[in-house]
Formats: sequence, C-alpha cells, structure tokens
Amino acid sequence: MSDQSTPLETAKKLGLLEEEYQKIKEILGREPNFTELSIYSVMWSEHCSYKNSIVWLKQLPKDSPRMLAKAGEENAGLVDIGDGLACSFKIESHNHPSALEPYQGAATGVGGINRDIFTMGARPIAQLNSLRFGNLKLDKTKWLVKGVVKGIGDYGNAFGIPTVGGEVMFDESYNVNPLVNAFSAGIVETGKTAKATAYGEGNPVFIVGSATGKDGIHGAAFASKDITEDSAKDLPAVQVGDPFQEKLLLEATLEVIATGDVIGIQDMGAAGIICSTSEMSAKEGAGMDIWLDKVPTRQENMLPFEILLSESQERMLVVIKKGKEADIKRIFDKWDLNCEQIGVVNNSGILRFHQGGEMVAEVPAESLVLGGGAPVYQREYKEPAYYQEFKKFNIEQIEEPADLKAVAKHLLTHPNIASKRWISEQYDSMVGTNTTTTNEPSDAAVVRIKGTDKAIAITVDCNSRYVNADPEQGTAIAVAESARNIVCAGGEPLAITNCLNFGNPYVPEVYWQFVGAIKGMKKACEKFQTPVTGGNVSFYNQSSDEGPVFPTPTIGMLGLLEKVDSKMTLDFKTAGDLIYLIGNAKNDIASSEYLYSYHKVKASPAPAFDLEEEYQLQQSIRQLIQQQLIQSAHDVADGGLFITLAESAFPRGLGFEVKTDSSFRKDAFLFGESQSRVVVSVKPEQQKAFEEKLQQSGSPFTLLGKVTENDNFVIDGESYFGCREAHNLSEGVLPGFLS
Amino acid sequence: MKIGVVIFPGSNCDEDIFYALKDAMKQDVVKLWHKDKDLHGCDFIVLPGGFSYGDYLRSGAIARFSPVMELVVEHAQKGGYVLGICNGFQILTEAGLLPGALLHNKSQKFVCKNAYIRPVSRTAALTAGLNTEQVFKIPVAHGEGRYFASDELLKELHDNDQILFKYCDEKGEWNEAGNFNGSAENIAGICNKQKNVFGMMPHPERAVDRQLGNTDGIAIFKSLFNFTNQMV
Repeated sequence: MSDQSTPLETAKKLGLLEEEYQKIKEILGREPNFTELSIYSVMWSEHCSYKNSIVWLKQLPKDSPRMLAKAGEENAGLVDIGDGLACSFKIESHNHPSALEPYQGAATGVGGINRDIFTMGARPIAQLNSLRFGNLKLDKTKWLVKGVVKGIGDYGNAFGIPTVGGEVMFDESYNVNPLVNAFSAGIVETGKTAKATAYGEGNPVFIVGSATGKDGIHGAAFASKDITEDSAKDLPAVQVGDPFQEKLLLEATLEVIATGDVIGIQDMGAAGIICSTSEMSAKEGAGMDIWLDKVPTRQENMLPFEILLSESQERMLVVIKKGKEADIKRIFDKWDLNCEQIGVVNNSGILRFHQGGEMVAEVPAESLVLGGGAPVYQREYKEPAYYQEFKKFNIEQIEEPADLKAVAKHLLTHPNIASKRWISEQYDSMVGTNTTTTNEPSDAAVVRIKGTDKAIAITVDCNSRYVNADPEQGTAIAVAESARNIVCAGGEPLAITNCLNFGNPYVPEVYWQFVGAIKGMKKACEKFQTPVTGGNVSFYNQSSDEGPVFPTPTIGMLGLLEKVDSKMTLDFKTAGDLIYLIGNAKNDIASSEYLYSYHKVKASPAPAFDLEEEYQLQQSIRQLIQQQLIQSAHDVADGGLFITLAESAFPRGLGFEVKTDSSFRKDAFLFGESQSRVVVSVKPEQQKAFEEKLQQSGSPFTLLGKVTENDNFVIDGESYFGCREAHNLSEGVLPGFLS
Repeated sequence: MKIGVVIFPGSNCDEDIFYALKDAMKQDVVKLWHKDKDLHGCDFIVLPGGFSYGDYLRSGAIARFSPVMELVVEHAQKGGYVLGICNGFQILTEAGLLPGALLHNKSQKFVCKNAYIRPVSRTAALTAGLNTEQVFKIPVAHGEGRYFASDELLKELHDNDQILFKYCDEKGEWNEAGNFNGSAENIAGICNKQKNVFGMMPHPERAVDRQLGNTDGIAIFKSLFNFTNQMV
C-alpha cells in the first residue's frame, strides 16, 4: 500500500495480472484508485470469479424437472421434493483458513455454508463435512485434526443444526494443506424462497447482523494463491466466527423473509460488502449508492477498502420494499441484532460508495461479476507423465500375502478405514430430532422432514486416491458412490453439489486433473440424472515445496425417500440371515487401500468401474428395498469386501461365516476395491423371492454365507477375529493418535 | 396442566422439546419468550437445551439474568414445577434453583451419544413412575455436563433423596465405564429439596420417536405428567 507505487505495481501486489489492470482502466475510462483496485482484485480473484474454471463448469448438466434454481443463479441450489417443499443444499470449502487457523477456519466454513442455505429462506436441517488431512503420525496433522473438529463441533453444535455424517481421509499429499469442505441442507416451502437480487430505484439497502471488523480482509484473494511458508503472514485474512450471532441471524432472517417484503438478500461471505452489493445489483442491471459511514464497525476509522472487503462473519445484505423499513428494524430488534440502512438501489447499474461526504469508489456492478465483466480464461492443460505409468500396473506384480489376517488387521486399524467415532461424537448429530441414522445407521444419512412422510438422504464422497490415478474415472466413481450410498439407504438420487479442490490451475498437469474431473462428473451425473446445483471451486491447494494435493472433487448428493419408513440400514439383523454379494467380483486391487498402504504401491490406475454396470446395480438394489426383500444393504468401498462385512456386523455384535470365490485371488476378493458391489442380508424364507428378483433384473449375485450368533468372523472355515475384538481394534485407532 | 417452554436467544432444543411434549406426549404446551413479562398462566416451565446467549461466560451464566428468569424463580419458590434439560439444567444451577454446578466434561470435549441412566430416587415426579432397576438409553450432547458438588452437598442430596438419575453402563451398573463425563457419583439428574424443580443433562425429548430408533424417553415424561397432573 506504499504511496510510492504506481497503480500497476499496486494492482500486481493485490494479485491482479497486468492484462487485468489494463481491462479495469478500460472499463472505468480512467486510472482506478486504490479502493477500486482492491475491489477488482477480490472480485476477480478465482474465489469469486471462477475465471479459471467457469469454461469447464458450464459443461456440467444443470437441468432436471425438479430444479427450482440453477447452478450459480442463487446462493445455493434448490430442488423440488414434492408436497410443496424444496430442499436447498450446497457444499463449500474453507481450506486455506483452516490450514493456518484450524479452529476458526473450520468454524467459519460451517457458518458460511449455513448462511447460504438460510438466505434462500430455507431452515437448515442437517450438515455434513468432508475432511482431508496429512499423515496422522505428524504432530502438525494432529493439531489440525483437533482444531478443525472442535471448530466444526463448537460452531455447528451451538448453531443447533445436527452434523449427521461426513468423511475423513488421511494422505501425505495433504500434509501442508488440509481440506475442509462443509455441506448443509435446508427445507423451504416452494414459492417462499428469497432471491439474491436487487432492483427498484429508491429501495433501501440494509446491512444486518454482526458489526464489520478488520478480519478476513483479502480473504478471497488469499484463498486464490498457493499455501507457502509466508502464508502465516496472511493470518488477518482468517475470519472469526460467532455461532450465537449466526443462530440469531437465522431466526431473524427467516422471519424477515416470511414478511414477503424482501426484494433480495445475500449473505456476506468471501469479499464481504463488495461481493454482495455487486452480485445482487448485477442480477437485474441495478446499481446502488452505499454510505460506508453508516456501516456498523468494530473498529474506528476503518478505511473504505477495509469496510468493503471485510469478511466479518454473520452478516447479510438485504434489499426491501421502500416503506417497510420499520418492519425489518422491528424484527432485528427483537433478536437484538444490528440492522442499519446503508444505502439505496439505483437504476444506473453503477455502484457508488461514499464516505465522509466523498465518493470513494465508482464501478459498474456488472463489470465485477462472473458472467459480466470478470475475466474468463482458457487454461492450458497437459497429461502428466504419471498417468500412463500408473496404467502399467498389473496385479501379477504383487505377491499374494500368506497371512491375510494380518492384512485384515492392517485395514481395520488404518485411520482411513477405522471408526471415526472420536470425531463424530464431538458433533451433535441428534439436535432437531430428525436424524434417523444416529441410532440406525445407513450408507447415507437419512433425515426426516417433520409434518410429512418424507426424508432426505445426504452423503459426501470422494476417494481422491482414485481421482489422482485417473481424474475422469475417479470422479465418475465419486458420483457413483454417492448415488450408491443414497440408494443403499432407500433413497432416490436427485442432484449434487460439488466442491472442487485442486492445486494451482496455472500448472498444466494440475489443470488436466481438473478437466478430467469435470468430464467424469458430467458423464456420471447424466447417467444418474443428478444435475449439478452449484458448489465451489478451490484451487491452489498445494504447497510450493511439496506439490499439489490429491485432486479432490468432493460430491455432495441429495436423495429423497418418499416414505421415511422405507429406509434401509447397513447392519446385519439376525443370525441365520443369508449374506449375498450383488455385483461382480473382480481380480482387481488397483488403487485400493490394501495396495496403497499395505504393499505401499502408489502407482496403479483407478479401480475397475463401468457406469452402465453401476446403474443396473443401483436399479436392482432399489427394487429389492421397495419390495422388502433384504434386511440390510452396505456398499463395498474403502477396504473392500472384508471391511464391508465387518461394518455390517459391528452394530449388533454379530458374526458371519462366508466363503470366497476361488476363481479370484483371495486378496482381491476380500480387499480389492473394484466398484459396483453391495453386500445385502436376506431372511432365509425370502431367499427364493430374492434370487428370482435378481435373476429377472439380470444383476449378478453370489451367496457368500450367513450371519452368525457366535461373534466370530469366519472366512473359508478360518476364524479371523471375534466381532468385539475387531470392533475394539477399529474403535481404538483415532483415540490412539489423538487422545 | 399448561406447559411453557422458555426460548432464550441461543436455545436450540426448544423446538424439539415442544414437539415431543405436544406431538408425542399430547400435552398442552406453549412457547415463552425470554423477554416475556408473565408466564401466560403456565403451571409447568421447561428450560430447554442449547447455548443460551452463546454460553460465552459459562454455560447458563447469562441466561439467569434474563427477564423471564425472575418469573421462573418466583414460580419455583411458590412450588411451581420447573424442568431444565441440558443447558436448562445449567441455567437452574446458575440461578440457584438447583444445587451444585456443571463443569467441563473430563475429556474436555463436547460429547454427543446415547448415554445409559438408571433412576435413583422415586420421590420426585420425574422418576416417581419409573422402575429403578430399568436402564434408560437417553441421548446426551454437552461440553459442560460434569456434575460437581461438595461432599457436604452430596450428603445433603442423599439425605433428602434428591438424586434422580445416575449414569450407568448398558447393564445398569453405576460404574466408571458408564460415567463418561466424570460426574460426581455418576449423577445425571437431580431435584431441589422441595421436589418441584428438576434438572438433567440427558435429553429425553430426543428419545420419544420410533422413527429415530429410540423411545426410552417416553416413560420419563409419562412419569412426570402422571404425577404432576394429579397435583395440579
């Protein structure tokens, strides 16, 4: 901010490219001042403008008859779930703040995603999160895990919306840069939603919620560069959260939206006031006059760029109908929240910011935003050398271990597979009294909607090891696994939201991963008819010395159960029930946890996967559940068939006796992660009906064995573990590292 | 009998208890606002769980100064019924309506899970209708739930039969394993000497619904309302 710098030098310091600086000059027809440069630097950062990703994002499918708001149009996606109700849901990253300050970084991630939901007028009813950390043996990783988990817990628990599930994976690629992706879903009556827009000359513009402070300034720009040793200097770019204010803001916002007097409303996340004023105005070609002196601030003498860019949490910008000022003030007074009129809408399309009687910035709203004047880049991409190398892997290179019990134990006690109870018990999963899956778990979280027979099923999934091995196939698998989880819980997959976590987009090999991921997602979303409702892109997840993180396109999927009572659970119910594998076994151990961490072979392709086969499998599972022919369903995922069987046995402390198929290598049969397989249990008296149904539908199936009372896991006549012993092994892992 | 559920800013189990009392237990129940100047004729006051006023100073420490609490204290002193669950229990100890204090869990972590509790005294409405040999699986969700009382106070609680529930293991043993938060003598819930004010950390309102896979809380509410309805 030195006064000696030329405007171009200042622009570069703020992260703008020279060509972007020239474009700004062209738009304004003059030299921009410092405030204006700051405005463009955040609005044109990757975080707000999607300038390096939008070309590809536009290729994703967005349509289905259930879509009430399309991707990018509103604060979150909106899906019709029937009976006059809609579900608003979205996932977002808070990776960079969490890398520096895990507690606040994660907490404000939770706050931000929930605001996206309730600005739509929807009351959040459930949250998920998807987390990636480095090697759990490192002290730094332990510090990050504890901070992130406590941050998510403290914020979500106090806010009072249950955290009903999620996923956690550890890999060295995340040693420096963890990933924290937060998901929330809410319910609203259709026709009672709010929009993120502004129009009508003279309509008042209010800022509501917390006062504006100096936290999080240039946070969006910070999120748009690599994490390096110098990142610690960016600490002021991390925001501080207050879940109590958020809870009050939730209640007040829903009350204000219910009056019908709201023209538009948007939460203040990345890039604060400047982002919400410009995005809302640009929607319908409006502009605004904003008096920054009227913004309630925490510190005195804040500069214009500080007020405009502040990412202080728990704030909203609201435009209401002229004449209703007293009504909105009355509601926010009731909740003891700030509510100040800071400006008015104009018809000029220009944003004018005033302070101390002077105009401090004047910019066309349209020029700032995605789809308007924000730059759009085609990035160069190049297939990395490793991709073909990985494909050369052949299972014959791996000698089958003599002691498969040792492998089973390795997997049960691997942090990626072991019980995540140490984490999940720090989250209130039951508040709201709608979560059906805390007591009776399923492959997806199932949350009922009071006053109806319905429930939503939600899940977040991404095996980034697969995506790294083959971005296109790996991302298609992530979508397929989400859908499989919804289906195994008794739901119908409806739509997805995505959180695209990648490295530096200016590295062609990284961008190749991004392009592959989009292609795979497109293909799979079209097959499952689950359009993309929105989400977020997080680039620059890498450290300058250690290369990029695994490409991690996290999929958050929404599914619907018309009747909550048709939910399917994952646990074996009764001794004597028959255990079946539906889907084809394969001689495949590629990219399995077994190959990666037991044999320490990192170079292999994604596991076997065929989209059509997957689709058929899911149709069969849905029919079996609808016709009440199965007692449990649990998909084969990380750790392979053995882990699936163990996880189904744990809840009721039962045992199983199964036989492997000698036409496959036993290690591949038990621990391989080839896709499109589900383990189900069947009452003996329904065996015939069950088999007939599958023969009709043409899905391959194998009788593996049966559920037993005697607490023993028996494979091919050999006892592996007692159920309790295996369960204790699994439960002990995270506490062992973290307590 | 008319029940009033008090909503403080930051309460977040208010809707859950309201739903449980109205839909599952078929009670006459209304919501009271923390700024209310009267109790709207309620005979029974419930202080719900949550994080009143953000629980920033200490759980329940600020809520006790809210306008409605003056009325609640008056109501209790006149013998009116008051039940505090989780944060509500914390508020009642802060307000001096129940003895003892609730400290950070021994793990220093928030914990949400199913806890097992077993009734002790049957001299108060909350447990009067329960079998003291029966184990109840009731969810807990708190960071500050470790009941603390001095030795003298513990003796007093015993002498007056004020201990309502203790944490136990799945089989009903009052042991270390069941005492997940480190409470004094495994105490999960108590009442005052006059037996009209009750506090418990576990959430029975989360266990009244078959669809959620747990209905163990119904018996506790039944006991409460069978007893209190006779009194009103």
